[in-house]
Amino acid sequence: MTSIRSLAGACLAALCALAAPASAQNYPTRSITMIVPFAAGGPTDVISRIVTAHMAQTLGQSIIIENVVGAGGTTATTRAARAVNDGYTLITGHMGTHAASVPLYPKLAYHPEKDFEPIALLAGTPILILARKDFPPKDLKEFVAYVKANAEKVNAAHAGVGSVSHVSCELLNSILGIKPVGVPFNGTGPAMNALVAGQVDYMCDQIVNAVPQINAGTIKAYAIATPERNPSLPNVPTTTEAGLPAFQAQAWNAIFAPKGTSPAIIATLNAATVKALDDEAVRKRLLELGSVIPPVSARTPEALATLVKSEIAKWTPVLKPAS
Amino acid sequence: MDLFANLAHGFGVAFSPINLLMCLIGALVGTLVGVLPGIGTIATVAMLLPITFGLPPVGALIMLAGIYYGAQYGGSTTSILVNIPGEATSVVTALDGHQMAKQGRAGPALAIAAIGSFFAGCVATVLIAVLGAPLTKLALAFGPAEYFSLMVLGLIFAVVLAKGSVLKAIAMIVLGLLLSMVGSDIETGASRMAFNIPELADGLGFATVAMGVFGFAEIIRNLDFGAEMNRNLVQQKITGLMPTRKDLIDSAPAIGRGTVLGSILGILPGGGAVIASFAAYTLEKKIAKNPSRFGRGAIEGVAAPESANNAAAQTSFIPLLTLGIPPNAVMALMVGAMTIHGIVPGPQVMQKQPDLVWGMIASMWIGNLMLIIINLPLVGIWVRLLRVPYRLMFPSIVIFCAIGIYSVNNAPVDVILAGVFGLVGYWLIKHDFEPAPLLLGMVLGPLMEENLRRALLISRGDWSVFVTRPLSAVLLAIAAGLLVLAVLPSLRAKRDEVFTESES
Repeated sequence: MTSIRSLAGACLAALCALAAPASAQNYPTRSITMIVPFAAGGPTDVISRIVTAHMAQTLGQSIIIENVVGAGGTTATTRAARAVNDGYTLITGHMGTHAASVPLYPKLAYHPEKDFEPIALLAGTPILILARKDFPPKDLKEFVAYVKANAEKVNAAHAGVGSVSHVSCELLNSILGIKPVGVPFNGTGPAMNALVAGQVDYMCDQIVNAVPQINAGTIKAYAIATPERNPSLPNVPTTTEAGLPAFQAQAWNAIFAPKGTSPAIIATLNAATVKALDDEAVRKRLLELGSVIPPVSARTPEALATLVKSEIAKWTPVLKPAS
Repeated sequence: MDLFANLAHGFGVAFSPINLLMCLIGALVGTLVGVLPGIGTIATVAMLLPITFGLPPVGALIMLAGIYYGAQYGGSTTSILVNIPGEATSVVTALDGHQMAKQGRAGPALAIAAIGSFFAGCVATVLIAVLGAPLTKLALAFGPAEYFSLMVLGLIFAVVLAKGSVLKAIAMIVLGLLLSMVGSDIETGASRMAFNIPELADGLGFATVAMGVFGFAEIIRNLDFGAEMNRNLVQQKITGLMPTRKDLIDSAPAIGRGTVLGSILGILPGGGAVIASFAAYTLEKKIAKNPSRFGRGAIEGVAAPESANNAAAQTSFIPLLTLGIPPNAVMALMVGAMTIHGIVPGPQVMQKQPDLVWGMIASMWIGNLMLIIINLPLVGIWVRLLRVPYRLMFPSIVIFCAIGIYSVNNAPVDVILAGVFGLVGYWLIKHDFEPAPLLLGMVLGPLMEENLRRALLISRGDWSVFVTRPLSAVLLAIAAGLLVLAVLPSLRAKRDEVFTESES
């Protein structure tokens, strides 16, 4: 009995050994699942859908988006970390799940560097410093002076602990050396409602939600935390221009695979992503969202690995005391 | 008139064959989602959203909107027939709806739910078109302090939900409030009562608990020894499918009040259809000449909440269309649907996307018309379902509930939790505790806690905000008044008791 079983085991092992390189060579032979750690329709989801729609054409297989929500995206990321590393389960990780989560959740069930293979950076959404329309300061310089002088009075809205608006505002506050009262809301919608209604003073938020409100004059924007101005808000200065160069933040999104995925598969996926980012139609849709498309040098797996390392280093000191 | 030109334009858009088809699909899917217990609108819209990627944006949004308000029609069906709410918004409908079914009046209950929804849907559509912009002010006037006071009012109303012991009702509300606190603390993110179970980190789902204490518990109770009689009763005593003249006369004012209440609550951020249905029911019971009829098959108890939830579902589009800000989770998904199509909703969406906005408004009226045409003839079929032997019906209900609960978060733990709550619910029913106040506590709990903390954070710990802000003060005053009214008769009753005892 034992001999038959061990023989069967050996055969199985041999089969697996044979199958593995074969699948890497013909990859992909079936549809790929892309886990998106946030709800359908959010910035990460939309960016993932736009890019994967093009990648599917290149790869000749469909890419199915699976939205798994919960615990600031860490539920989905844990699932992806434990998925089979055959290249058929991928995840769109982002600033929160693959960097800010490290200091925020001490019992995190995965590590962004140790449990994932970086594939490619997709696109980032810039962060803006926003305020209610009748907030006294006129520009960023006045804003800095005002919040420092009135640190006991001002309050900052955010979309929930661990959200992009929360962590980026923590970064801003730590640069300014102030601790305003943070008012948590359930998502960007209610937080924006409070800002438009003038119930809270300021907020840091992603560009997508803010552009129509800024253009309608229901809220005001002091600066955009990217090196360059954004085409959808040509009149909003960068933090560097406005005198606060230290505040640089972008909600970046990138594709990751579970640790141990074969280098050949990673190369295939990276090539497909890069091709999508060079496509005119894809670029147009991403730019309409106010997204920033990464330069060619930032699109390699190595560049993404460096980004994750530097982002963890950037967020850890800011968020450690908060959690 | 601008309005008529806009509406005419909207109907022109909505009447195109493709958009009519989308509207019909939305209405059909919505009815189905509503009927199937556990499968909620949020999960369905989230699942269907990606499919709309390839559709024209106006058609896609018309369909998704149809699913949302269509579900409000279907939700009452299982509430009435088998005492299992198909949607969170139909929990209170089960209270009187199922009693009506037990009295052989499932047909009139289903029909009045559809008629009430249709009336509310028509009124709400007109409201969106005519008063959308001015009503937006309401959404902005409601800050955390006002919202907290509204929730206090709601909690006091909640006691009215009980048909038996007031003390037990209060116990259930408090239990509901406690259950709602499971999960992450909104301000610090600290885990509360989650026992290190990752699936509990985001709290207990409303659908999970509702399916447990209503759905599973009801099935266990039905299989209980001695429930046989009761079951046969439901199956045999079916009289008339359509409401009588008296039913219509009784329900008309309830439908009107439900529509008004629902329309207002729908606009408020975070509140929406669930609170509207609870509020409409309690209002009816409060102002009824004979409140003891409620919980025993009062048709107003079906008409009011069903009108209110449909009105609220539709007016919740107002902040989305006028401000570009979603007031609830389904509307946030609608924003997502627009974003997928490259439309970023904002304050100018009405000017920039007249096709989309007015087409959607016009489609709502068309959708409501389709829904009543779909739903009224279905009444006969649904009532016939009651004759399906329970050995076939119960397993299918359990399976649908389990699929529904699983689909909310794709989490197996949720299904197990619903099973546990089923056992808890059975115990509660056996000891005359009613599950409805518990669920209301669960709905109000997070809103109350979060807004209390937000209000105090903004005021830097100054409690006077609740009385210095006029809207909040008025709401608290009403709450205090109600409390006095509620306590007075019981005080008087006690005094009477004392007197009778001394006399004897």
